[in-house]
Amino acid sequence: MIQLTSLSKVFNEGTVNENRAIHNVNLSVEDGEFVTIIGSNGAGKTTLFNLISGNMFPSAGKVVINGRDVTKDPEYKRAVYVGRIFQNPTLGTAETMTLEDNMTIAHYKGCKGLKKSLNRKLRNYFKEQLSELNMGLENRLKDNVGLFSGGQRQALTLLMMVLSKPDLILLDEHTAALDPGNAQMILDLTLKYINEYRLTAMMITHNMSNAIAYGNRLLMMDGGEIILDISGTEKQNTTKEVLVEKFAEIRKKNLANDELLLSP
Amino acid sequence: MLEGILVEGLIYSLMVLGVFITFRILDFPDLTVDGSFPLGAVIMAVLLVKGVNPLVCLVLVFAAGFAAGTVTALIHNKLKVPNLLAGILTMTMLYSVNIRILGNRANIPLLRTKTILSQVIGAASGIIPEGITLLLFMIFVVAVVKLLLDLFFHTDLGLTLGALGCNEQMVITQGVNPEGLKIIGVGISNGLVALSGAFAAQYLGFADVNMGIGTVVSGLASVMIGEFLFQSNKIALLTLRVIFGSIVFKGIMYLGRYYGYYIKMTPNDLKLITGILIIISLIISKNREKLSLLRKNNKKGGVMK
Repeated sequence: MIQLTSLSKVFNEGTVNENRAIHNVNLSVEDGEFVTIIGSNGAGKTTLFNLISGNMFPSAGKVVINGRDVTKDPEYKRAVYVGRIFQNPTLGTAETMTLEDNMTIAHYKGCKGLKKSLNRKLRNYFKEQLSELNMGLENRLKDNVGLFSGGQRQALTLLMMVLSKPDLILLDEHTAALDPGNAQMILDLTLKYINEYRLTAMMITHNMSNAIAYGNRLLMMDGGEIILDISGTEKQNTTKEVLVEKFAEIRKKNLANDELLLSP
Repeated sequence: MLEGILVEGLIYSLMVLGVFITFRILDFPDLTVDGSFPLGAVIMAVLLVKGVNPLVCLVLVFAAGFAAGTVTALIHNKLKVPNLLAGILTMTMLYSVNIRILGNRANIPLLRTKTILSQVIGAASGIIPEGITLLLFMIFVVAVVKLLLDLFFHTDLGLTLGALGCNEQMVITQGVNPEGLKIIGVGISNGLVALSGAFAAQYLGFADVNMGIGTVVSGLASVMIGEFLFQSNKIALLTLRVIFGSIVFKGIMYLGRYYGYYIKMTPNDLKLITGILIIISLIISKNREKLSLLRKNNKKGGVMK
């Protein structure tokens, strides 16, 4: 599905501000896997997503999606098969446009023509899909999206992304900007869509219990590297405490390494 | 007098529609307009003098305007130059281009040349008064352009163009190249501006390379005036609002020209008035926001009690 080979990203290369955001990452995600990613701030989680989605280009390494080398493809080209949802709920929809116009733009990805897609049939299809959200949005097709709440907009973004049937979805802390109730609702909806459409998904989260409870594989990142990669029963049986312990253990090792480097 | 205002307002409304597309829909403040307006005028004039079929002239004028917009969009896209600067660059270059098109002259008279307007007036002479013919014809032209635009903004491409100004990331997420969209949007906008220039040249009876100065500002003022008339999120009403705004703006300018001398104002002061008009519009719309916020807060306060 997706292979990252010795992927690196260095910001401000060759200057005093040089920052190795991603360092020699190798990762292979199989079809149907749901990967959760945790890590402290600056661990490189979002940069990893930027590299996969094409928002940034790597300094070295390769990105292969579905057997195709997309390392040099711009973001809009990859977007046809990679869906991405951001933390900010306003980034997924156009707020000055109506709900039905937003959904019309999203219902197929890629180049648009001079075709008028929005008709009664499509409208009914939208209504059907929207009614599954249980938010009453199916009766607000002519309302501007800007009038909706953050939770509603994020749910809509999720729906719009799913309707375009992407191969891979990237969820970048997509519940972090919502209140706990809405966050849970969006998380449940995400899970429902992932199961229903058998999506391959990667989800960044700051909530360790969510990272454990959801998905079938867990990655822990630190300093631009993947320091822990567990799946299957090992992931199922893990707990917050075990993760914290492992994190400390690996960090200590890092620290020890640093000390080794510093001492003569 | 009323006919004059209406005809002028309608001719310039084509330009205002262009300004509306860039400033309001694309969120791409495009100053190419000051160059593409006279571009349309000089191309039309030169072609008419050469005796080219008027319809062919209009197509060529639109194409030239589209090309000017493409240049601006390309400078912005490829060189990562801010859109304002890209527009200024094209506008400045167009000044020389326009003089070249006129054959190293600054203006060209059209008084004795057969134009689309003079032919239409000639065809209806004796039946309908000249002013009314002109008005009916311009209503027809503007209506056709408006309807075509409305149709365009209902297509998938048009909708995506609408989303671009609001949320570029969303457009990228939907797999559409925003650079291509900008070329299309800015191109159509400048095509309309050039058409407006072409009709203005025929109406005024000459084309002048300096006739574009201040076009973008007057276009923006018209758009803003239109926005006071009514609120909507339907494109058909938005374009209608732009046309009304243009007519009202021309009305205000007319009043300034004919009654301004009471306060010792000359036509030279009109650009100053236009600018002040924009500033007043900005102040009003800003206070309007504050006012509606204040009302909301009052309501909330009431609930809390």
